[in-house]
Amino acid sequence: MAQLSTIAFLVENKPGVLFKVSNLFRRRGYNIESISVGPVENPELSRMTVSVKADSRILNQIVDQLDKMVEVIKVKRLDPMRTVAREMALFKIDTSDPMAREESLRHVNNYHGLILNIDPDFLIAEVTGDPATIDEFIEKTSPIGIEEMSRTGVTALEKGRLKL
Amino acid sequence: MVEMSGARAFVESLERQKAEIIFGVSGGAILPICDELWNSDLRFIMARHEQGAAHMADGFARASGRVGVCLATSGPGATNLVTGIATANIDSSPVVAFTGQVPLNMIGTDAFQEVDIIGVSASITKFNLQVRRPSEIPQAVKSAFYVASTGRHGCVLVDLPKDVQIAVEEIEFPEEVSFRGYNINLEPDGREMDWATTLLSNAKRPVIMAGGGVIASNASAELVKMAELLVAPVTTTLMGKGAMPCDHQLFAGQCGMHGTGEANLLVSEADVLLVVGARFSDRTTAKLEEFSPGAKVIHIDIDRSEVDKNIETVTRVIGDAKLALEGILSRMANTRFDTSRNGEWLKKLEKFRKQYAPPELSGNPHMRAPEVMRALRRALPREALVTTEVGQCQMWSALYFDAYAPRTFFSSGGLGTMGWGFPAAIGAKAARPDVPVVDIAGDGSFCMTENNLATCVEENLPVVVVVLNNRMLGMVAQWQRLFYGRRYFGVELGNSPDFVKLAEAYGAEGVRPETIDEFERAVRRAVKDDVTMVIDVQIDPEENVFPMVPPGKGLKDLLVEA
Ligand SMILES: Cc1ncc(C[n+]2csc(CCOP(=O)(O)OP(=O)(O)O)c2C)c(N)n1
Repeated sequence: MAQLSTIAFLVENKPGVLFKVSNLFRRRGYNIESISVGPVENPELSRMTVSVKADSRILNQIVDQLDKMVEVIKVKRLDPMRTVAREMALFKIDTSDPMAREESLRHVNNYHGLILNIDPDFLIAEVTGDPATIDEFIEKTSPIGIEEMSRTGVTALEKGRLKL
Repeated sequence: MVEMSGARAFVESLERQKAEIIFGVSGGAILPICDELWNSDLRFIMARHEQGAAHMADGFARASGRVGVCLATSGPGATNLVTGIATANIDSSPVVAFTGQVPLNMIGTDAFQEVDIIGVSASITKFNLQVRRPSEIPQAVKSAFYVASTGRHGCVLVDLPKDVQIAVEEIEFPEEVSFRGYNINLEPDGREMDWATTLLSNAKRPVIMAGGGVIASNASAELVKMAELLVAPVTTTLMGKGAMPCDHQLFAGQCGMHGTGEANLLVSEADVLLVVGARFSDRTTAKLEEFSPGAKVIHIDIDRSEVDKNIETVTRVIGDAKLALEGILSRMANTRFDTSRNGEWLKKLEKFRKQYAPPELSGNPHMRAPEVMRALRRALPREALVTTEVGQCQMWSALYFDAYAPRTFFSSGGLGTMGWGFPAAIGAKAARPDVPVVDIAGDGSFCMTENNLATCVEENLPVVVVVLNNRMLGMVAQWQRLFYGRRYFGVELGNSPDFVKLAEAYGAEGVRPETIDEFERAVRRAVKDDVTMVIDVQIDPEENVFPMVPPGKGLKDLLVEA
């Protein structure tokens, strides 16, 4: 049964590595929901987090295929029960109608979001949470009018002593 | 540390790897390297097309067990390598390809003969990299050889921008290379081997399937020991041919779409299937759901990602095939098990073997391909090397030409690349000039890389090409005959070229035997005189390769006639 899972891995921080990783996903037909990359404490490495929908056989395949890449140093499929996963999203909301403005401010507030910018007709809000929470925010806010949005993709860390 | 150019560092790095031969075609973006090779003892074997150079390196690697090296210029030179790289990589052949590239400051500008070969080759190499300064070259070359020839072997490409070849820098040659993300684990896990031992020692109808991994890890002796100990019939995949001598009593032949009756039926009825260094390709398994339905599958492989990819296993042993077989054998020595019950099982092997013995052929004016294969075997010494092209000729070779030792039979398995066999034979001859090398070809395949006859002649690398000439792209025609109502399309080759004249045009010998005896004599003479000879064997364009499992069917559903 296909489920949404998170795989985290450390790669060499070298040109072309992001290309090779995404090329692997494309070539093997794995479906990525999101991918995020960033530096870590060691400047020679980067950490990538992908969120994929797949059954467990395919998930094992993905882990094994990533592990096989020379540029990939460590791979782990994160256990959802022992993982904190977050995503950030920016929203531009049409607030030319004062009612809409009020309502969107309330939504943002309910989701512990931040207002980053206010123009006469638009505001930009930041919402952070697990991906499901962000989906929920989108659903609630859509009727008001989301002009534009940008999501970062999931990033995640395991709890306690667990480590990549 | 010494100051030298990138090109000099490149050539010295190859020498330090103990490379002796480079197969290639020159060009603008590798001129600095050519100029250093001019000054070096490395042998440069010039192909007439870069695809040929890559296949030669591949053939060299398979025949010798060492890394094969090919070299091409940027742009079209690099893209011409692509088929060769993909072919070597999917068959786990240790090949390193070097390509020239436009100077660093021109990369990304669509400069003359610029192709993003790193991007192009990413999914058909085990690893690839581009160097950005001369001092990176020794490390890059050493890494390329290391990655290509360790773990599951494969193809590595190194892209060398021209200005990096020219620039001079302090150069250091590393003694060792390592990658944080590349750890090869050869040692199999003891517990995994324990489980495998338990399963095997309780097997009533054991079958062993051996793939190319057995040959890559030089585990043939252990394979034979295991088979004899278990009294288990052995089948090979196309890549595994030669891992078990074809005249061994327990050898059941090839399994798969064109498997022998005994191999396909025994695999279908096995209760324990030990698969060593094979990857369950669709040509071997036929319909997955019907593959060895009653068997507990034990999979020995060095590549973890192959386990459970196509077939669910009960036990896997991850590691080097030789070490794994040794480990299991030593455990078996301390395990009591009863193989007397395997008598019945062996009788089955005999029964199927008789039942599916290829019919004696007569009453056809043409020479028949199986007969030609047997005659070729008679005419060649046991240690001769054979490569094949692709199509019917390949399957006739696999079914009817007996191989007696590992690294004596080579074929493009994973990609099925027409035109592979001939240049691969040239590479094999370069590796083993002491033994005869024969390419078993179809007329269509041979035409794809026939221009390398010039290399045979000019470089004195004699190869015998047996063209099973049916004036057809025979395998495709066979499918059109069997499954498309004989609607021949894009398969009729006509009578061009005249292979005898073609050979002569290149300064090689060409003969067209009329009988099997004449054929055998021609082969013997070519071997004795060690000359390049093209033998044009006219066969029936209507001849089919059987047995055959029709597409979508299981291994058991063999067709033995049309
Ligand atoms: C490069 C390439 N192109 C096309 C094919 C598809 N194909 C597979 S077998 C075959 C026919 C091969 O004909 P020939 O070499 O004459 O051998 P035969 O089957 O007649 O023995 C073709 C076209 C292929 N395998 N490789």
